[in-house]
Amino acid sequence: MRLRKRQRLLLVVLVLLLGAGSAALVLAALGEKVSLFVSPSDLVARPLEPGRSLRLGGLVEPGSVERGADGEVRFSITDGAHSVPVVYRGVLPDLFREGQGIVTQGRLEAGGVFRASEVLAKHDENYMPKEVADALKRSGHWKDGAVEAQR
Amino acid sequence: MIAELGHFALVLAFAVAIVQGTLPLLGAARRDAALVAVAPPAALVQLLLISIAFGALVHLYVVSDFSVANVAANSHQSKPLVYRISGVWGNHEGSLLLWVWILALFGSAVAAFGGNLPVLFKSRVLAIQALIGVGFLAFMLFTSNPFERLDPAPLEGRGLNPILQDPGLAMHPPMLYLGYVGFSTTFSFAIAGLLEGRIDPSWARWLRPWTLAAWTALTLGIALGSWWAYYELGWGGFWFWDPVENASFMPWLAGTALLHSAIVVEKRDTLKSWTILLAILTFALSLLGTFLVRSGVLTSVHAFASDPARGVFILALLVVAVGGALALYAWRAPSLQGGGMFAPVSREGALLLNNLLLASATATVLLGTLYPLALDVVGGPKISVGPPYFNATFVPLMIPLFLALPIGAVLAWKRGELGGALQRLWLAAAATLGVSIVLLLVSDLARGLAILGYGLGLWLILGSLADPLGRAALPGGGLARFWRRLCGLPRASWAMVVAHVGLGVLVIGVTATSTGQSERILAMKPGEVAELAGYSVRFEGVREVRGPNWIAQRGTFAVSRDGAFVAEIASDKRFFVVEQRPTTEAGIHTTLWRDLYFVLGEPAPDGAWTVRLYHNPLVVWIWGGAVLMALGGLLSLSDRRFRVGAPRPARVPAAVPAE
Repeated sequence: MRLRKRQRLLLVVLVLLLGAGSAALVLAALGEKVSLFVSPSDLVARPLEPGRSLRLGGLVEPGSVERGADGEVRFSITDGAHSVPVVYRGVLPDLFREGQGIVTQGRLEAGGVFRASEVLAKHDENYMPKEVADALKRSGHWKDGAVEAQR
Repeated sequence: MIAELGHFALVLAFAVAIVQGTLPLLGAARRDAALVAVAPPAALVQLLLISIAFGALVHLYVVSDFSVANVAANSHQSKPLVYRISGVWGNHEGSLLLWVWILALFGSAVAAFGGNLPVLFKSRVLAIQALIGVGFLAFMLFTSNPFERLDPAPLEGRGLNPILQDPGLAMHPPMLYLGYVGFSTTFSFAIAGLLEGRIDPSWARWLRPWTLAAWTALTLGIALGSWWAYYELGWGGFWFWDPVENASFMPWLAGTALLHSAIVVEKRDTLKSWTILLAILTFALSLLGTFLVRSGVLTSVHAFASDPARGVFILALLVVAVGGALALYAWRAPSLQGGGMFAPVSREGALLLNNLLLASATATVLLGTLYPLALDVVGGPKISVGPPYFNATFVPLMIPLFLALPIGAVLAWKRGELGGALQRLWLAAAATLGVSIVLLLVSDLARGLAILGYGLGLWLILGSLADPLGRAALPGGGLARFWRRLCGLPRASWAMVVAHVGLGVLVIGVTATSTGQSERILAMKPGEVAELAGYSVRFEGVREVRGPNWIAQRGTFAVSRDGAFVAEIASDKRFFVVEQRPTTEAGIHTTLWRDLYFVLGEPAPDGAWTVRLYHNPLVVWIWGGAVLMALGGLLSLSDRRFRVGAPRPARVPAAVPAE
């Protein structure tokens, strides 16, 4: 019986160690490795320190898309109230166009320019990213017909 | 008429499921043989009815009957036949019908091939299986009827999302569902075992083929999905730690743990309540996956626009099924008799470590997937949890798992010796260390993490092969004896070796692709040449081509290396006429050692095109490894000792070499 107890104790210690280890990993990662979702109005209202990994979402401002010679694209993301300039180097998703709701992943640079490492437009053209829809509602520029109008 | 027939068949199936889910349970409790005997024929009738419904929907798609709302919303006459058929499960209602059909398929497979199961136990399993079916059939009939009519019927359908018109994605959902839904049988076995109050080695042996079948299908399903995302989405990546991907990965992790812990129950009659819990949780994670994908609560790159009201229904199903199962577990599990003891250093101990690590890994993935959702519900900031989180939590848990795996696999049951195990593996360990050191010397030290990955992969491959080779290479006898001994190993042992080698191959592929990828983003004019990882890529220009239901801009690249021609690669920007939607087809040239992966982007005003050029080393190893793992599953499934319906004497452990 003593052997069984010792065996059980060993198991409990192992489980605790593993549990504590993975909990520490998870907590450390949740502190640093997640990206906050922000709208242009959030950035204007409460400027964040540059260099933090962010997700910026909104509509591609009509008339703002400029294509550079070396594959660099500049455009602005707007939620109707404010807009933020974005720089991106790479191939844009198929559904990227002016007025389309998109989410970009990247970092804010010192001059207030957002450098995107990834631009996501959803597979489904009718689909408005949930965060973008919520941000538009908050800035008061959500029209119920907006999603329908894109079809 | 056909649509009504299908609908009627579904309603009948619902009624049959209710009967199959109640009478046998009642009969088993009252020891009423007549009631118990209802289960097997009911399971077969249910499969027949749902097959009729499924066949009806396929027929409606093939003949393009746009008076049915589901067909009109998701199909078009100009679509090739294959995609008209695969369109059946390319949408919510149709994929649910596929779900229920596979559920019935597994149920009737248990009824037809579970000849070695005791009658009472079998009827209970079938009843639980039917109760799951009742939930999902109700879900379909009340919220997502695929046979709903549309009046007036449109002349033409709206077409299928073009990125779903693809051979990889035609196969991916059925495979994935075979896995997801396959775990319903392990759930039913666990519940039936709890109801019966008897969990013993034979229970684990009955469970094993079903777990293996589901696990194998899920492995292939996930690999297909990853392969599809790789070539179709044009991002050059194979795994994005996206919520929908995690939804399929969590049941896989839990299922892998279950596969291993069931071996301990079978061989040593211990770890029983943990195995039962795993069986419940694996299916719970499958249901959670269905909920996450189908409810649209998560934003995902793969999410298909869906309806929150339906999400509530699946959530309720999830709560009832899992809550009920866990309550039963809490009530019954303490009465399960614990089995024999074992030393920490033993096969059981190693399998326990495997389970702890896999369970922790599942938990970190679950947390990362649900955390943004939970934060959103309580009104916190909106965040997204991406690859950095999973790299920091999941990967560190895999390192001890992979290190311990080859050692655990050669330890003896009950009481093993670390020294003896290492003695058998020293050659593999030395070779792994040697190769890693050479790699470290020829590349720079900053690549330490990559070398750790290569080292682990190599260790998995060599360490898994060392034991059977060492066993066959006993002194005495020449090559012929060696070969005979090798062939004489039981198939289950080979299955283990093949699956573990597959894991090693996968680890090497993942390491190479994620650390060794070269990427160039350029604006290229026709005739321009770019250098990529030692290859010269000449952009030949863009021309227009036409497909069956699309028009494309096709960019062509001529690739050469040291002046010698390698390949011509074409990447399309396709425009699907019916759906009015563009897609990108990456141009991919694959060899065993690398993929060249080119994506055509946008034209610039000066006549140049944005292009994205990738060189992905060893990327096919990822899917090759997954296929090897699935092959291991199939091999184990074919071992006659575990064969479904194998005659009873085969279960007596005849001369089985220690493994």
